[in-house]
Amino acid sequence: MTQQTAVTLNVNGEAISALIEPRLSLADFLRTKAGLTGTHVGCEHGVCGACTVRIDGATARGCLILAIQCQGADIETIEGVADSGSISDLQENFVERNALQCGFCTPGMLLTADELLKENPDPTRDEIRENLSGNYCRCTGYQSIVDAVEITAKQRREGA
Amino acid sequence: MSDKATSQNTISVLDRPNSYIGKTVKRSNAKRLVQGRGSYVDDLELPRMAHVAFCRSPYAHAEIVSIDKSEAEQVPGVIRVVTMDDLMDYCTPWVGTLDHLKGIKSAEQWPLAKGKAFWQGEPVAAVVATSRAIAEDAAELIDVEFNELTPVTDMTRALDPETPVIHPELGDNLCFERKIDAGDVDAVFADAACVVEDTFNFNRHTGVTMEPRAIICDYTPADGSLTLHMSVQCPHMSKNLFAVHLGLNEDKVRVICKDVGGSFGIKIHTYSDEMAAGALSVMIGRPVKFTADRLESFVTDIHARDHVVKARMAFAEDGEMLAIDMDDVTGIGPYSVYPRTSGIELNQVLNLTCGPYKHQNYRAIGKAVFQNKNLMCQYRGVGHPIAVAVGEHLMDEGARKLGLDPVEVRKKSFINDEQYPYTSPSGAIYERQSHHQCLDKLVDMIDYKALRADQSAMREKGIYRGIGFVSLIEVTNPSPAFYGIGGAKIASQDGCTIRLDPTGSITCTTGVTEQGQGTETIIAQVAASAVGVDVENVKVITGDTDIVPYGGGTWASRGAGIGGEAALQAGKALRVNILKVAGAILQANPETLDINEGNIVDIETGTERMPLSELGRIAYFRGDTLPADVQPELVVTRHYVSKEYPFAFTNAAHACHLEVDTETGLVKLLKYWVVEDCGTVINPQLVAEQTRGGVVQGIGPALYEECMYTSEGQLINGSMADYLLPMAAEMPDIIVGHVTTPTLTSELGAKGVGEAGTAGAPGAIMNAINDALSPMGTRVAHMPFTPDKILKALGKI
Repeated sequence: MTQQTAVTLNVNGEAISALIEPRLSLADFLRTKAGLTGTHVGCEHGVCGACTVRIDGATARGCLILAIQCQGADIETIEGVADSGSISDLQENFVERNALQCGFCTPGMLLTADELLKENPDPTRDEIRENLSGNYCRCTGYQSIVDAVEITAKQRREGA
Repeated sequence: MSDKATSQNTISVLDRPNSYIGKTVKRSNAKRLVQGRGSYVDDLELPRMAHVAFCRSPYAHAEIVSIDKSEAEQVPGVIRVVTMDDLMDYCTPWVGTLDHLKGIKSAEQWPLAKGKAFWQGEPVAAVVATSRAIAEDAAELIDVEFNELTPVTDMTRALDPETPVIHPELGDNLCFERKIDAGDVDAVFADAACVVEDTFNFNRHTGVTMEPRAIICDYTPADGSLTLHMSVQCPHMSKNLFAVHLGLNEDKVRVICKDVGGSFGIKIHTYSDEMAAGALSVMIGRPVKFTADRLESFVTDIHARDHVVKARMAFAEDGEMLAIDMDDVTGIGPYSVYPRTSGIELNQVLNLTCGPYKHQNYRAIGKAVFQNKNLMCQYRGVGHPIAVAVGEHLMDEGARKLGLDPVEVRKKSFINDEQYPYTSPSGAIYERQSHHQCLDKLVDMIDYKALRADQSAMREKGIYRGIGFVSLIEVTNPSPAFYGIGGAKIASQDGCTIRLDPTGSITCTTGVTEQGQGTETIIAQVAASAVGVDVENVKVITGDTDIVPYGGGTWASRGAGIGGEAALQAGKALRVNILKVAGAILQANPETLDINEGNIVDIETGTERMPLSELGRIAYFRGDTLPADVQPELVVTRHYVSKEYPFAFTNAAHACHLEVDTETGLVKLLKYWVVEDCGTVINPQLVAEQTRGGVVQGIGPALYEECMYTSEGQLINGSMADYLLPMAAEMPDIIVGHVTTPTLTSELGAKGVGEAGTAGAPGAIMNAINDALSPMGTRVAHMPFTPDKILKALGKI
């Protein structure tokens, strides 16, 4: 159980190597081995969505996959997308619309919302709500999040 | 000097040029959080930090026969394994009582179970190790022999003679009892044109903060200091309690609270596992981190509500409500929670039921009883959701029975505007409320006639829609009457220190705290307005007891009303001090000067005379150029405590529109509206978002949330997969409107807004469902209103 294994993950474009226990989740790897504490652990059951990250471009629950399963994979976290500026419009609209309060669900919410907008550039409010239903927020009541995603979709369509 | 000049310097901050009061200002801390740059407790790693995991009782009520920790101690990486016997020299027990709650009693509670375990999840032993994983591995190896005792789980039978007494030293299972008997209830009921009654069940639920409770206790044997990095709402209260119960010098305890990932009242209580972590840090002289996992959160974060209420209401023929008679029993777990007690929620139910109305006949009996379930205590809304749902449901029933409209029955029964200030039969004192105005505005907003027309048309098609109203009051801005008079060291005053920096910017430190609601932003808005600087040039520091003025933190919707007023007064005083220096530099009468957008200006003309950065340069670096009798004092502290009234009551009116599927029992929320009167609105966006978030935390327990226990006291849905929470898809859009009745007890005039949404939503949902079900002659009053309960009410299962 505590046998250490060497892994290398490409995290936000940087190769991160570490000796880890096979039981270490990707979320805990990111938090404790890579210092990327923007990935939050809310339930460890894959329900709340706070630990959402991108694995090889698709969103996934960081608590439901082991770091060792991600050997060689490209991982993107909120820190990575914040640094690259690739979702800065969405982030700005979250701030503008106050689509976050405590901020704990926000990194996962942003990555999920961005994925929705890539798959469906013109979602209805109901579709936004449906799509975000794998990410819990206890503070906002969701309406401001839906607003921020809706505004971003419109801006992206108009800018495209 | 002109009269105008005088008035400019004494003018309310609300009317100053470039005031930020009433404007939507973006939260500066939100920019960090959207980049994943928050700083929550679990993000923090300290040198030599150890981790604690707990072995918890699997039984609701059991005697601990023996604990064998030898195997756990052998696990590599384990630093210490302890039971309560090992901690006896490091910690004293606590008892959750308050002097002003007459007769309240509870038993001594310890960091770890001492001889007996009283609820499933109570910590029994602790392992400190070099990692959390190792600590958990070892905790599983602790061998505890339990002797199961009969658990007390049904609160309605907790006081029966045949029910075991949980704490024999207390004599019975009654924690607290309160009675009110005002007016002549029996006579009014005897003569009433209409009497309605019902029995209500309010489910146990919990806060489910996205960030679980977390603490790092860092004791330094070198100087006897303890630094607590906590996810908490009330840093000074925690500082006091950890010092008292760990036997430390309070002056050497520091609480640092950075980002808090949701709290809602969960993070204002004394938790045995957190106190154990403190004792362990003192014992081993190293930092000890405890982060609750989600199962631990479900079985140890305080639970809320758990009431059974029987109530009846009397009406005159014209629909005026005349009297209410109610009986409330609430199950609070095995201890009254320290230090706020588990009697306050019950107290609030009795204080607030039918608060908007002018009836003078009110009888209520409330009992808080012990049981072998997780502890129950103050969570967002504290008693309000019960008080509102009971009173407002019966108002609707009365209207139905009398054949009147629910809006008319409320309007007939509201306290009249000219009756304020008003003392309710429960003894609550209201400065001024706007029930008529809020309900009128609400009826306009929702287009009530059109909704009723739609309802009728839909019924023809077999679609059952309902409209539910509630009118409510909310306790905010508490004075020492809440806790201080009961002997708890929970500050009701709060302070704000504001400093002019050499750059011309200002820095505020405040005792109120930030959990995402925007406290730091509204303090910045108030301070910027009071001093006269751009809000971008205001820095606000919260959550560090070594730095901020002594204060209560954020609970009971006090941040804006209490913390905001302290900031206002500090800002005004700093402005006076700055203008004294400016007068000396400019050789002008300070009363002819003002500060606007970071510049010293002439009041009369608005002409810019000098930027604050220049004043700062001279004051801080070239004091030699100032007259001998001018000593710049560019740091000012002011405090505020509410004195004239025990509380500043806010009021609101809610409406819910929903559809009940009579085949499946599912409830679909169509829309929700709130008209809120929280006095002066500092930031309309933040007020609206507090309201929306609050409403959804009320919708949750009305439709989904429930901590489900077996009769043996086992929580059977302690994971987020099993405990249902509101998700984006099911939630409606929530429209928020305002009526503004500032409190005259402060210059700012702000009351709280954090809890009114949660207070009103369960009642509004219940009333809307029952309105939808009314053609079938049935109704529901047992939350949560899950499909099975609705189908049962319809006689379909």
